[in-house]
Amino acid sequence: MELDLSRPILEKNDALAAENRARLAAAGVYVVDLMASPGAGKTSTILATIAALRETYRIAVIEGDIASKVDAEKVKAHGIPAVQINTGGACHLESRMISRALDALPLDDLDLIIIENVGNLVCPTEFDLGENAKVMILSVPEGDDKPLKYPRIFAISQAVILNKYDTLSVFDFDEDAFCSAVGRLNGAAPIFAIAATKGDGVDAWAQWLSDRIEAAK
Amino acid sequence: MHEMGIMAEVLESTLAAASDAGATHVKSIRLTIGELTGIVPDALEFAFEALSKGTIAEGGTLDITVVPAASRCLTCGEEFTHDAIDRRCTACGSFLCEVLGGDELVISGADVDVPDTD
Repeated sequence: MELDLSRPILEKNDALAAENRARLAAAGVYVVDLMASPGAGKTSTILATIAALRETYRIAVIEGDIASKVDAEKVKAHGIPAVQINTGGACHLESRMISRALDALPLDDLDLIIIENVGNLVCPTEFDLGENAKVMILSVPEGDDKPLKYPRIFAISQAVILNKYDTLSVFDFDEDAFCSAVGRLNGAAPIFAIAATKGDGVDAWAQWLSDRIEAAK
Repeated sequence: MHEMGIMAEVLESTLAAASDAGATHVKSIRLTIGELTGIVPDALEFAFEALSKGTIAEGGTLDITVVPAASRCLTCGEEFTHDAIDRRCTACGSFLCEVLGGDELVISGADVDVPDTD
């Protein structure tokens, strides 16, 4: 007997993501999901973004890692509410984990939640969390060929951050080749060159983000 | 390597539907996977073998249809197929295109044995 199912494989994840999205919209909270490799500078970028926007917006962070509370503690040390999710081996965050993290945050007293996804260029791209925007960070030492090797993450991101830009002269990174490869995948995504730990270039990224927060109000 | 998680969802959903239909065995599961998703069919097969053990799908097969990537140009309207790394319009070279196919992650159906209830 033939069963006609015709249903999305991730329908449960997608349904819960839609619930998260509705809940966040009702509370007036904008959510950005940051995706990158381990060591690309996700936490440093989050800290730099907090420094740029904390006078304007009430911010919280959801930290996703396979193990440890290291990242959430770094964020909390700056006086920002943070929830650590340990995926216990899973290579990405799912909407169910975000739903639980939202329970632990004062949504009515927030304007922006930054989600730090698990360090991985493949798996997080498949899972809707209920965010407003997915943004990926590539760091200069990873190399300019990454859009060719991991095309999907560049294709689905609303913006691309090129971090550790201050090391450009040390590494053999062809910026023109990188930008044109990103353009072939995703012509609409702006590329922000930053050095998160020094604050260089962070203003343009923070302005892009605050334009979106305002537009979503 | 999230194929394990993907396959766990496939099996949960398919086994529930098979059980609702009164099935005793799942002979095959049909999946439709877009080429842009980055899902590796071999890894799905491996996950299926591992996760179906001890269920009514054990020993069954996976029938995977891969959907090629296709887009429509938002500048000139051209519809074209492309690979995963160059999505520009083949007619006018525009970067602004919308994906028509290649993003699918769908359980299309399953072939199951249902004992004769007469």
